[in-house]
Amino acid sequence: MTQWSGYLGLIVQGALVTIELTLMGSVLALIMAFLAGMGRLSRFFVLRALATTYIEFFRGTSIFVQLFFAYFVLPLIGIELTPLQAGVLALGLNVGAYAAEVVRGGVQSIGREQHEACVALNLGRWQGMRHVILPQAFLVMLPTFGNNAIELLKATSVVSLISLADLTFQAQVVRAQTGNTMVPFTTILVIYFILALLLSWGVRSLERRLARGLDGVRV
Amino acid sequence: MEWDWNFVWQIMPTLIQGVKITILATLLGSMLAAVVGLGIALARRSPNKALSRTVGWGAEFIRGTPLLVQLYFIFYVLPDIGILLPPLVAGVIGLGVHYGTYTAEVYRAGIDNVPRGQWEAAKACNLSARHTWTHIIIPQAIPPMIPALANYFIAMFKETPLLSAITVLELMNQAKSVANTYYRYIEPITLVGAFFLIISLCSVVLLRWLERRYDKIER
Repeated sequence: MTQWSGYLGLIVQGALVTIELTLMGSVLALIMAFLAGMGRLSRFFVLRALATTYIEFFRGTSIFVQLFFAYFVLPLIGIELTPLQAGVLALGLNVGAYAAEVVRGGVQSIGREQHEACVALNLGRWQGMRHVILPQAFLVMLPTFGNNAIELLKATSVVSLISLADLTFQAQVVRAQTGNTMVPFTTILVIYFILALLLSWGVRSLERRLARGLDGVRV
Repeated sequence: MEWDWNFVWQIMPTLIQGVKITILATLLGSMLAAVVGLGIALARRSPNKALSRTVGWGAEFIRGTPLLVQLYFIFYVLPDIGILLPPLVAGVIGLGVHYGTYTAEVYRAGIDNVPRGQWEAAKACNLSARHTWTHIIIPQAIPPMIPALANYFIAMFKETPLLSAITVLELMNQAKSVANTYYRYIEPITLVGAFFLIISLCSVVLLRWLERRYDKIER
């Protein structure tokens, strides 16, 4: 019988790396999503073009290729990244591109009358966005952001291929050391699933929290 | 390091080999996903509660866990219980089942969108359950969901590089192997990225066309 307790330690370490990557990647993705999403709605052609290029580029190429590009090609042109930095960068930029379209859709889903009300109240473009449009639009975006975060969590498994010791990597280590494949892989599948459930539960409670005071205002 | 066109032409034949496998895996995976998705969607509507719950939870689990780990599971764990699969077959099964859980949602929405009257009319015409599905519901449900299905197939295409992790010699794996042989990463990885970008941009055009075409039929 194999001594599983030591291996469990490895898996837990891997889970921590996966969680760390998911959180950092999500933060970067959220920032990029708002930058690019707002960029697409901008009055200025240059900003719109930049945002569209970013979105189409990162949605058009595979996350896997982007990660390899960040890890293997960027050092050759003088940008050294640790595996963790490359992972966060690729994950954040990739998921950020998907989420940017969510931001754009969310802002556009807010009715014309809200924009007109902003004008009537003499709010500037930024003020209207900040105090009237975004608080409502954010609620529309939130469920899709939750899905995006789960996609990001699942995409973190790819970083194991650039030697970052996440859950999938540790499962491979355990497999190599014990020769048992069933136990480590089943364990990490369950852990990923639990993490995904936690994420969707967290987003749902955040949604309820933010929806307070908006009853009757929105659909 | 400089970009070297001679090297590009030298590695091109190898990469084209990889492209063929990538496209083959996407096509086979899409077909499997289309079938698996329909199966899941029908099973979830089954009056048999045990069946619909089990399938529902199973699909939820597969959707909440990373494709990479599922591929490892199929490729490394199944041989333990006597199912030995060639890499490409394992990869296609992984892609098909994973995306099948997504397409199942598309089918569900499509089926729910068939008006109630059609069900009642089928009953009034004394059609059996089987005939109702094959002659009334599915022919009406499928066309509106073709754009959404195509969307998932494009997403699947972008996930095919993951198959390199289970030793399928697709584009990414070929690129990695030439990169390791000549120790030049810039050209192979950039070319892989460019290839994915080109195909994705073309598929966006195709998708727009599908959306226009099938929108017209319905309305």
